Amino acid sequence: MVKNNEIIKLRKVCKYYYLGGEAIKAVDNINLIIHKGDFVAIVGPSGSGKSTMMNLVGALDLPTEGDVFLDNINIKLLNESELALLRRKKIGFVFQTFNLIPTLTAVENVMLPMIFNGVDSEERKERAEILLKNMGLEHRLNHLPNELSGGERQRVSIARALANDPEVILADEPTGNLDSKRKQEIAEMFEELSKRGKTIILVTHDLEVAKHAKKKYQLKDGRIVK
Amino acid sequence: MLKDFFFLGLNNLKRRKVRSWLTMIGIFIGIAAVVGLISLGQGLQDYINEQFEILGGDKIIIEPKNIGPPGSATSKNLILTSKDLEVVRDVKGVSKAEGIIMKSGVVTLKDEINVVFTLGMDEGYFELFENLGNFEVIEGKELTDNDKYKVVVGYNHAHGDIWDKPAQLRDTITVEDVDFKVIGIRGKIGNPFDDNAISIPKETLKEILNIEDEESQIIVKTEKGFDPETVAKDIERRLRASRNEKEDQETFDVTTSEQLLETFQNIFMVVQGVLVGIAAISLLVGGIGIMNTMYTSVLERTKEIGTMKAIGAKNSHILTLFLIESGLLGLMGGIIGVILGISLAKAAEYVAGIYIGSPLLHASLNPLIIIGALAFSFIIGTLSGVLPAMQAARLRPADALRYE
Repeated sequence: MVKNNEIIKLRKVCKYYYLGGEAIKAVDNINLIIHKGDFVAIVGPSGSGKSTMMNLVGALDLPTEGDVFLDNINIKLLNESELALLRRKKIGFVFQTFNLIPTLTAVENVMLPMIFNGVDSEERKERAEILLKNMGLEHRLNHLPNELSGGERQRVSIARALANDPEVILADEPTGNLDSKRKQEIAEMFEELSKRGKTIILVTHDLEVAKHAKKKYQLKDGRIVK
Repeated sequence: MLKDFFFLGLNNLKRRKVRSWLTMIGIFIGIAAVVGLISLGQGLQDYINEQFEILGGDKIIIEPKNIGPPGSATSKNLILTSKDLEVVRDVKGVSKAEGIIMKSGVVTLKDEINVVFTLGMDEGYFELFENLGNFEVIEGKELTDNDKYKVVVGYNHAHGDIWDKPAQLRDTITVEDVDFKVIGIRGKIGNPFDDNAISIPKETLKEILNIEDEESQIIVKTEKGFDPETVAKDIERRLRASRNEKEDQETFDVTTSEQLLETFQNIFMVVQGVLVGIAAISLLVGGIGIMNTMYTSVLERTKEIGTMKAIGAKNSHILTLFLIESGLLGLMGGIIGVILGISLAKAAEYVAGIYIGSPLLHASLNPLIIIGALAFSFIIGTLSGVLPAMQAARLRPADALRYE
């Protein structure tokens, strides 16, 4: 295996969906390399293939054609357990709708990825509390998601994404459900994470937020146009 | 890790309290029925065994054949006589044989009237048993052949609700217009027949009822070293000859105590089998209820499953999570069911105690049954969850996350 600092590489990647017998090209022949430590924004209107690309980069889905490399591993060659392991170790997900588990408190939500990773209970509790404190949520540790504001929820979900200390943070419209003040807050948080060496991939249609990124790719009809 | 999964599962069940409860009802009704029926059945079996222990395994019982409802058989041939008793005593292997007369009769105590069974017995009757158990007199003394107008009453006469004013020693009881003095009270045997009966000397009973020659039942004690079954066959053959009856058309029955016990146990097994079978059907329905709930849950939580997979859950994690959840539904249903079943059995015992005054319905609590029921309900829950959990585990993360 080549030792380089390419954390994500997409080579001639296509993803088709079949709707009523007709193939829809959600992602059409994309080539992209993201290096360790990059802060990349992928922008485009809805339906441009952003989310599909995001799923491919995050090893949540496999390409119809072409290859996706995550830390130089071709995800096509892995089985489901290996994919799960790869996601767990390499990637932290942040979703537009936060996707917190509604029955678990903030600290339990942050602990969840560590449960799957087999971290022992004391260590994960300590680590979850530190992560939430860093997000300014020390007073919200034992609150359920529905007791938190939108901005607070997104900060919990960022803390959760950081739980297993992944190299890449993959955020899909992380500010889509937030007002402009919270938007700014979250965007700055990503900037801060980037400074600390995390690779950030921000998928958004919000150009304000995308401005914080160092590189920008524009997606249209499944292709990178800029 | 498993501990965490139990925590997560419990958390999810708590989230949908009403649905979890409704689902558990399906299980706990079935488990309650099974536990209740088995513990009552066990109690009944214990009771039967206890009664037979008093009778002893070496006994042979000879009775007129029951044709039609009791009391309706009037044919002369359908009674046993002292001649039969003599024939029986003569059979090889018979150590002792005694007859007893049982008749229902009108009885008066302190101006109150009742109809009870009157047993006419000789002193020899008691010698048949090594251990009279509770048939023993607990107050006063036993009848002897020298007593004429003396009576020993069953436990319920002195302590039960047969009489408004219970019988006491030295009271006078009138049987068919003849006065008898109460000289003894028996212990509580536990079946209403014996506890409600009164005993008087056999000769006196014959006299007041104008019975010439009749034995309601002959009880035989087998000699040591003889097989009661072989002796019973001999008795049957000899009685047939002396009564001039053809084989298979006898007007009498010869039964060893072992056979009697087996008959009881067989009937009992069939009844219990049927009841438990019905309860098992309700458990099956309960299991389908769990399956239904789990399928709904998988559907509702599709997005959550996608999220968990995104943050690193393997298929096996999702599978385990859902299996534990359905297993817990079963187990909690089982716990409630066991508690309910025991309570029902105890309530049945209590009610039966009040109304029949009988320990026939006695709830026997076997820890094995309880542990078995709990394990079984957990297994039912888990099995019912297998298909939904597999469906959840197989969801593709990208599709699951997109699901609304």
